[in-house]
Amino acid sequence: MKRALIAFLTVALVVAGVGWLLTAPSTLDAAILPNPKTGNAERGELVFWAGGCASCHADGDAEEEEKLRLGGGDPIESDFGTFYAPNISPDPDAGIGNWSFTDFANAMKQGVSPDGQHYYPAFPYSSYARILDQDLADLWAFLQTLPAVADAAPDNEIPFPFNIRRGVGVWKFAFLDDASEPIVALPEDAGESAGRGRYLVEALGHCGQCHTPRSFMGAGGMIESKWLAGGPNPDGDGRIPNITSSEAGVGSWSESDLAYYFESGFTPDFDSVGGSMVDVQENLAQLPAADREAIAAYLKAVPPIGAEAE
Amino acid sequence: MRISSFRISTSILAAASMLFAASAVAQNTAPIKERQELMESNGDSAKAASAMIKGEQPFDAAKAKQIFNDIHGVAMKFGDYFPEDSKTGNETEAAPAIWEQPEEFEAALTKFQEESATAMEASVEDLESFRQQFGMVAENCKGCHEDFRIDDD
Repeated sequence: MKRALIAFLTVALVVAGVGWLLTAPSTLDAAILPNPKTGNAERGELVFWAGGCASCHADGDAEEEEKLRLGGGDPIESDFGTFYAPNISPDPDAGIGNWSFTDFANAMKQGVSPDGQHYYPAFPYSSYARILDQDLADLWAFLQTLPAVADAAPDNEIPFPFNIRRGVGVWKFAFLDDASEPIVALPEDAGESAGRGRYLVEALGHCGQCHTPRSFMGAGGMIESKWLAGGPNPDGDGRIPNITSSEAGVGSWSESDLAYYFESGFTPDFDSVGGSMVDVQENLAQLPAADREAIAAYLKAVPPIGAEAE
Repeated sequence: MRISSFRISTSILAAASMLFAASAVAQNTAPIKERQELMESNGDSAKAASAMIKGEQPFDAAKAKQIFNDIHGVAMKFGDYFPEDSKTGNETEAAPAIWEQPEEFEAALTKFQEESATAMEASVEDLESFRQQFGMVAENCKGCHEDFRIDDD
């Protein structure tokens, strides 16, 4: 009896220990990171718009220059609680002015804060993990040029059990995929533009975060077999549309229809962009036309998924 | 005790379902259709405008004027079709925010009315000035659709 108890406790302890290790925040080896001195702020501005940083980190009503004041944005009301994107302006107290480039890389690619805590995946590091080294250095350089905002963003309002940050480690262990492999294998004839589009969509644009349904009733990871097939709106009413090339998606849109939508906000039947896509479209309008065309080429090349897949 | 609470809960349930049925039939689809048609008209105007801006059609000053006249006409009427009993039905995409934040909705409408009037009265003699004026008016489409429309496709 006593022996059985000892055996049980030993197993329990090992399971807990392994679980603890597997859910620990892991950080990057600074030696493999690019040299931040190679960062170019001008190129970084395009990374900034492609990444949609302002959509969460600037005020929701911000227009034009105000979108560069990254004091934290509107509350993100999800099924797990209310998230407030933090201040990422260069302010040393309220923002990230005291961060090193390694801190920034760990946040973007590992979802880990400078004090070694997991970030909630409302911050789309599962996409940003795919960012190219040069883009990371360029974005860092651009962020340094922005105005410091002295107001700290409010704390998240997350109820139990989601308020246990270590639990995010379980989520990461279960759902973070291998960021060194693209999500979609493109056909060989897809062309260079679609390859660029893949990077913009899968990494910087983090389009799948809303346009791909999630496992575990919306709490899990993006279901890659339903990549871009649409799903419930994670932050409000309505649905996020299917944007694969099926009939249920954007099958009837030409590449130039898509590119024009990203530029102007008008659909082929001249409805206008709405909801949270308004911010996204305005970000895309800041990119070179070739990048909008690249996203369009990629969307037309991803596997078509029908309405029944929803 | 058990029986009476059961009775109470069934009567609450019955009352609630009657209320629900009443609110479902009370919805007024006529204004919903009216406002949907007005938006269709705006879509036609935007289509005509974009054809000129994209160079698919030559710039035509008379047509440009007509586009702004039509859009302004819609802007002046659109707000009349949101009575309290028109929140659901006929596949409306109107967001609850229209009735929950009436001041914001009103402000967005007023901006649309004023800017479409500005465009209508502006002298639009070439493609570049048309592009500018239309760009200003078109900002109102997404400005309103960002908060006051729910996409349910």
